[in-house]
Amino acid sequence: MPTLRLCLAWCALLLAPLAAALELRPQAIAPDTWMLEADTGYFTPQNGGFLVNMAFIATDEGVVVIGSGPSRQFGERYRKLIEDTTGKRVLEVIITHKHPDHFLGNQAFRDVPIRADAKTTAMIKAEGEGLAENLYRLVGDGMRGTEALAPTAPLNLGVRNIGGHRLEFIAVPGHTQSDIAVFDHTTGVLFAIDQVFNQRTPTLPNADLAQWRQSLAQLAAVPFKLLVPGHGPVSRDATPIAATRDYLDWLDATLRDAAERGLAPTEAMLLPIPERFAHWGEARAEWRRSIGFMYGRYERAALPWLTPPR
Amino acid sequence: MQWLRLICLAALCSALPARAAPAGDPFNSPLWPNMHKLMLGGGKVVFDPKVKVTIPERVEDGHFVPVTVDARELGEVRELVLFADYNPIPRALRYQPLAAQPRLSVAMRVNQATPIRAAALDGKGVWHVSGQWLDAPGGGCALPSQTRSTTDWNSLLGRVSGRAWREDGALRVRLGVMHPMDTGLVSNVARFNIEQLDIRDADNRLLARLETDASLAENPLFTLHLRPTPTPLLRASSQDNDGNHYTATLPLAP
Ligand SMILES: [Zn+2]
Repeated sequence: MPTLRLCLAWCALLLAPLAAALELRPQAIAPDTWMLEADTGYFTPQNGGFLVNMAFIATDEGVVVIGSGPSRQFGERYRKLIEDTTGKRVLEVIITHKHPDHFLGNQAFRDVPIRADAKTTAMIKAEGEGLAENLYRLVGDGMRGTEALAPTAPLNLGVRNIGGHRLEFIAVPGHTQSDIAVFDHTTGVLFAIDQVFNQRTPTLPNADLAQWRQSLAQLAAVPFKLLVPGHGPVSRDATPIAATRDYLDWLDATLRDAAERGLAPTEAMLLPIPERFAHWGEARAEWRRSIGFMYGRYERAALPWLTPPR
Repeated sequence: MQWLRLICLAALCSALPARAAPAGDPFNSPLWPNMHKLMLGGGKVVFDPKVKVTIPERVEDGHFVPVTVDARELGEVRELVLFADYNPIPRALRYQPLAAQPRLSVAMRVNQATPIRAAALDGKGVWHVSGQWLDAPGGGCALPSQTRSTTDWNSLLGRVSGRAWREDGALRVRLGVMHPMDTGLVSNVARFNIEQLDIRDADNRLLARLETDASLAENPLFTLHLRPTPTPLLRASSQDNDGNHYTATLPLAP
């Protein structure tokens, strides 16, 4: 039966990365605090769309969950993992911004408050299906049964005391139109989520660079002991904040310069990426995507009008 | 809009029964025989990698697919045609470089995965065809564009922007025209697109001519490469299918 054996070997090979990538292993990063560190690549069927770090805090009142994940299936597994790890029930879910891999697990948490600020909730209601569509296409089967469930409860800025943890919710827009960071004053952990990328190239589909830079300055001023970025490993210092800022500055200057030289988008896509960013995950792919998202504005600014408005 | 696309394709297929088109299409596209007939008038064709087509390796927004075509390696080129087999409006443009290099950059719309092809007509009347396969997410042509409804067309329609750069052996020119380039495939919006763009020198000599179709992206921006010219300015004139004329003058720094 060589054919069958070959087939079995082949199937096992196909399934192996799926199982390995989706083995969800929480790391304890601080008292009562865990994180799941994600793959730093791009959405594929193998990683099930799990590309963003997830975190949860087990307070005396229950578990505060930051982000629900990329799919219903993921959300269900994640919730079970949280309950098994902490031995506590989930108190509430915090949705930090509108990107689909952060909220498409919401269905698994529909019996508890799913909190987001008004702007993010409105955007998820208006764009949720469209935002999810890209993931369906890229991840495929792992998305089965997933629907864009909008957040169900408000998220107010400022400090809330929850079960012995002093949690501060800070507005840090720029990665999208509205982003929330969470600072746990009790443990010193700052959950910066997608405002900070560590060793993974930032994604900019909805970026406002000026706001983002301002928010990074604000995050750098927080007296944290441990920083949880949206992508890549945790950090004890502000290095990833500075590196994210450095990348945004480079991108901004490079796009402006390309537009001033009259480069077409296809030409700008081929520009060299400096050594210090080139080894980050998805460096070339995200650069190319960013040109699609942002270069038009730079081109517009570099081309003078030759005729007056009508 | 799926049905519309199907009707478009069916019309193409039935109107032109596949005849012996040049063999060896690297994409094995079933539509190639029709493209050969419709885009290239059934003329003599060679598949030739000297015609370079550059597109992004992955595209997320079918409304905006940047393309660069470069046929300089062929020497004399009379015409360049840019088209996508599976687009409901396959042709994006026809370019007569005249006093320009046979290369340009634009952005087009793409509805589904398709070959993006460029054909360059050489001095002997032979089409040199090349292309890239684009794996598109779809929804470029038959979906309303995001900015269609938010742009203030009352003040912006037909507004021209542009700039020129002197480079080694060429004058790089970027010209943009604010225009929705409606395909007519979105419900309740009739086809409305720029059909021609001419570039002339100060003495009104024609330097380059573009015939354009609604499969170009909204607010088309053309990057052209003129051969060095002593003219102190360029005149751009374009018209759309509603009979609107848009003209502008681009002064050239000495
Ligand atoms: Zn994000």
